[in-house]
Amino acid sequence: MSTLEEQTQGDVLAGEEDGGSASLTTPARLGAYVRRGGVIVPILTTLIAFIAGGLVVLVTGHDPFSTYKAIFDGTGLQWVFPWVTGSARSTAAFNLQQTLIATTPLILVGLAVAFAFRAGLFNIGGQGQYTVGGIVAVWLGSSFAGLPPVLHITVAVVGAALAGAVWAGIAGALKASLGVNEVISTIMLNWIAIWAGVYLFGLGGPLQDAHQPSVPTSSSVSASAKLPVFWGNAQLQGLHIGLFIALAAAVVFWVLLNRTRLGYEVRAVGLNPDAASYAGMSVARNYFRAMAICGAFAGIAAAMDILGWKFSLFTNDIQASSVGFLGIAVALLGRNTAIGTVLAALLFGALQTGTSDRFLDPSVFNPNLASNLTWMIQGLIVLLVSTDVIALKVLHSGRGVSLVFKRRAAREEAGR
Amino acid sequence: MSVGAIAVAPGRVGAPRHLGIAGLILAVVAWVITLPPMLVRTAVPSAIIGVLAMLAGAIAFVGDERRLGSGAIGLGLLAIAGATGNTNSSVAHLKVVFTWSILVAAMLRYATPLLLAALGGIISERSGVINIGLEGMMLMGAFFGIWGADVLHSWVLGCLVAIASGALLALVHAWFSIHLRANQVVSGTGINFLALGITGYFFIADYGSNGTPSGISQVPGVKLPLIQHVGFFGGAIGNANLLTWIALLLVPALTVFLFRTRWGLRLRAVGEKPRAADTVGLPVLRTRYFAVVASGMLAALGGAYLSDAFVGSFNQNMTEGRGFIALAAVIFGKWRPVGALIAVLLFGFASALGDRLPTFSQSAATLFQALPYVLTLIAVAGVVGRSRAPASVGIPYVKE
Repeated sequence: MSTLEEQTQGDVLAGEEDGGSASLTTPARLGAYVRRGGVIVPILTTLIAFIAGGLVVLVTGHDPFSTYKAIFDGTGLQWVFPWVTGSARSTAAFNLQQTLIATTPLILVGLAVAFAFRAGLFNIGGQGQYTVGGIVAVWLGSSFAGLPPVLHITVAVVGAALAGAVWAGIAGALKASLGVNEVISTIMLNWIAIWAGVYLFGLGGPLQDAHQPSVPTSSSVSASAKLPVFWGNAQLQGLHIGLFIALAAAVVFWVLLNRTRLGYEVRAVGLNPDAASYAGMSVARNYFRAMAICGAFAGIAAAMDILGWKFSLFTNDIQASSVGFLGIAVALLGRNTAIGTVLAALLFGALQTGTSDRFLDPSVFNPNLASNLTWMIQGLIVLLVSTDVIALKVLHSGRGVSLVFKRRAAREEAGR
Repeated sequence: MSVGAIAVAPGRVGAPRHLGIAGLILAVVAWVITLPPMLVRTAVPSAIIGVLAMLAGAIAFVGDERRLGSGAIGLGLLAIAGATGNTNSSVAHLKVVFTWSILVAAMLRYATPLLLAALGGIISERSGVINIGLEGMMLMGAFFGIWGADVLHSWVLGCLVAIASGALLALVHAWFSIHLRANQVVSGTGINFLALGITGYFFIADYGSNGTPSGISQVPGVKLPLIQHVGFFGGAIGNANLLTWIALLLVPALTVFLFRTRWGLRLRAVGEKPRAADTVGLPVLRTRYFAVVASGMLAALGGAYLSDAFVGSFNQNMTEGRGFIALAAVIFGKWRPVGALIAVLLFGFASALGDRLPTFSQSAATLFQALPYVLTLIAVAGVVGRSRAPASVGIPYVKE
């Protein structure tokens, strides 16, 4: 399989070389670059971003070391150290549960963005797909009380996945049939989804909770649809099994992409749509399929949050949520691979928990400042990832994609 | 497809197109006649005009004007539905919601920040650099505009501080996307995150949880002496904000600059065929730097309008996606200033209507907030046709 694949992939790349009109889409180029950077570039990127964030802390009159120490303590990651014992250990365990709860949806939305990258598409619509997934999950989860738990959870999760797939599929279909740029359509679909949610659960909305007529929120998820907690106290928001679903999704992502015909076609289209089309693959169909799969990942992410710990959806929560946007940062830092996405999601999940006002010691650093510090660090990471093209040029000059790049540049210079 | 193409003789190529446009206009007429001042109280005339609009759209569709045709059909359906709704609601309600002078004034208020940012977006994209970071640059202007006005006790200086902050962030975007040849969409996304963090951080650090104080020097309105008290015009534009007028005046100015001056020609050449531009001695990279920085300045001025003229205060993430609407307006308007103006007026009108509707129906008002995005989606997919971006937008330029 792998040799055949390499061979055919070589053909695809050769097509890029020979075919005068062949072109790599920008996200495809980025995706290809990103996969060739190994682990050094992401680690360097993260370090630089943290140092820059520390400088901001220093300039504004705080101690960066104690600040980062307090943030780290808030994440609960010290639980892995065997010398942390007693009450410190139980606090750390609780904090770590919260970090992993935050990591779960980030893995899934990260996969949603990464899968699109591999197909040569830029899915900025993770937020919208996450939102419609959440709407459907809370609606299904709060209806049909009394179903057997396994069935009820399955119905709600599959419903959310389908909703996300349909939402992303709109962008995929528009791209496939009319050539509409998916960056634009997914941005628009994000905001449409958010306002639709505010309408549905807002005061007077059709799905607003009938038990609390003055609160703009959904009905609560019934007990039969709640995900079981496997670590910690279920009453105190322990860690739910969604983490395993997210990790399983990462495995599915890898298998789908690397061991199935669908994944092969998606990657071929991502690497070079013209060559893939020449080889008999339908570019349009693959754009649509790839987007639908992305949306399913994002929809499941929302289902994990709703059925795992939120249990209802407030309209201001819909408007304030940024999980889907963070998925972009997660996928890029994770180099659009399954394992990378999981690790990047853990980093961002830990940052999110460590800087939240529940877990950061306010006597060391104001949590409201810290959450904005997190945005800065995330922004810097995304900015630096966007350019590691430069770092990669140094690391991998003359290899693989950079060769394709040189050819492309040469052809562009020839004026086509 | 091919049959249709053959059936349309070369001389008649324009006909389906004009029919499609006529269909769109008819659809709007079908809706408007049920509103004040005309207030037709039965849906029959609207239904007839709406069906005519859809018929025109259908003929245009068959004549291979698919996007325009389907747009007219869709808008015709919407117009009939809207007109039926209007005739079923009370005249008093309609008069409250559709007080045209107030609606126009509100439309201009909503459109101003969008217009400034969209004009910036046009400059940047015409030079070949995608600017997803408009949102972040706007946010910078929104915070540093009101911060500058507060600290320096002057809205003029506040606007200058805003412009400087937008320029600085744009310079970062320019450096990454021009010099380092980064992916421009990713770089812009990073810019947005960064701006969210920077403005939030300094907002909390400077103002804490109390928010910006009241009594900050604000950008004033322009009282037009002659028409300030003249009925419709007085209410609509008699006391519009100074920045609204500046934004509106920038539309013809930028149109002339882009399409009638050598500098505009050079800017567009750099965005279309950078290699050719380079060959004749134009400084491709420098031009792009100027364009991106100019776009950041305009977007930030739009943000300053938002905080220091429209709302009068700042709160975290106050732009709430307006930069993305501006981006939509750039595309909706086919990368032309006048097109962007039409787009932002349309979006501004939807927002203004959404503001007036809660007296009538809270749910409907919420749905109206989504209208700009729905319209843009429909427009990008259909009515405006396949809008063509500058040929080299998003592609970093490598000098030999």
